Amino acid sequence: MAHSAASTTGSPALPEVAPISLKAIAPWAVFFGVLMLVLLYFVGAEQGATSLLSGESVHEWVHDGRHLLGFPCH
Amino acid sequence: MNTVSVRSLLVRGMLAGLVAGCAALLVAYFLGEPSVDASIGYEEAHSHHDDHGVELVGRTLQSTAGLATGVLVYGVAFGGIAALAFCVALGRIGRFGPRATAALLSLGGLLTVYVVPFLKYPANPPATSDPDTIGQRTALFFLMIALSVLLGLAAIILGRRLAPRLGAWWATVAAVAAFVLAVGLAYAFLPSYDEVPKDFPASVLWRFRLSALAVQGVLWTGFGLLFGHLAERRLAPRAGSVDPARGVVETTP
Ligand SMILES: [Zn+2]
Repeated sequence: MAHSAASTTGSPALPEVAPISLKAIAPWAVFFGVLMLVLLYFVGAEQGATSLLSGESVHEWVHDGRHLLGFPCH
Repeated sequence: MNTVSVRSLLVRGMLAGLVAGCAALLVAYFLGEPSVDASIGYEEAHSHHDDHGVELVGRTLQSTAGLATGVLVYGVAFGGIAALAFCVALGRIGRFGPRATAALLSLGGLLTVYVVPFLKYPANPPATSDPDTIGQRTALFFLMIALSVLLGLAAIILGRRLAPRLGAWWATVAAVAAFVLAVGLAYAFLPSYDEVPKDFPASVLWRFRLSALAVQGVLWTGFGLLFGHLAERRLAPRAGSVDPARGVVETTP
């Protein structure tokens, strides 16, 4: 953080990286953002708090990961 | 505007998440599984009724292939999300190059997505939670993550607003203080769960939670370093105003 303080007070400017336009990011963020959240849901909560698929197989399969990744379980 | 394709960064993010997930899997297996096994041993010693007649997935599969599925999918998913966040953050959070942006983003991700929620709702080994409260515990855990990420973003915006008046140092101090205060309020007002059985071995609980922290530490650190390296290589040749003599954008925060 000290370095960012230095750069705003006029030390030799580091080359700035141009930002990526938000318009270019938006479609990827919407589609893949949702897809990634669905993946996280299946690892972390499916057949626990809520069930989209019947049975216990998803829960049982990822069970140890669910505990060790910090998701609530049993 | 930078014309680097979002797709190429997204692919690199998911790849870095997969590799970091492999490292996290080793930690989960060698540090975490012994305490998971100890907890399941406790559970079986204390269960009065025999509900273990039909086991859908055996312990061996759960602790190897099942664990790998969970950790790797988690790594890929967060790798993708972090790469998208990186696309937004690059060039917008100050004069940081790709590598430093990736490192800061990973540190922020580890803190807001995991550590802050963990301090209120820590990871629990098997047999230490009441199955009847799973709905509330899950909802509150995800609420805590969302709150922590949003408060983190708000703190960044606050810091940037204060910077012209206070200078970067004190603006950062004020933003962090505001974040800690808001998180403290959330901790105070959200319900807690005290469900660990009285005779559950404390050392097993402690080892389990340390391993869970180590899994996330390795995952986010590995992701930050690897993705930073890949993004730097992808972006450096075309980062607009780079002095050709200096080549790579060098910023070490
Ligand atoms: Zn469980």
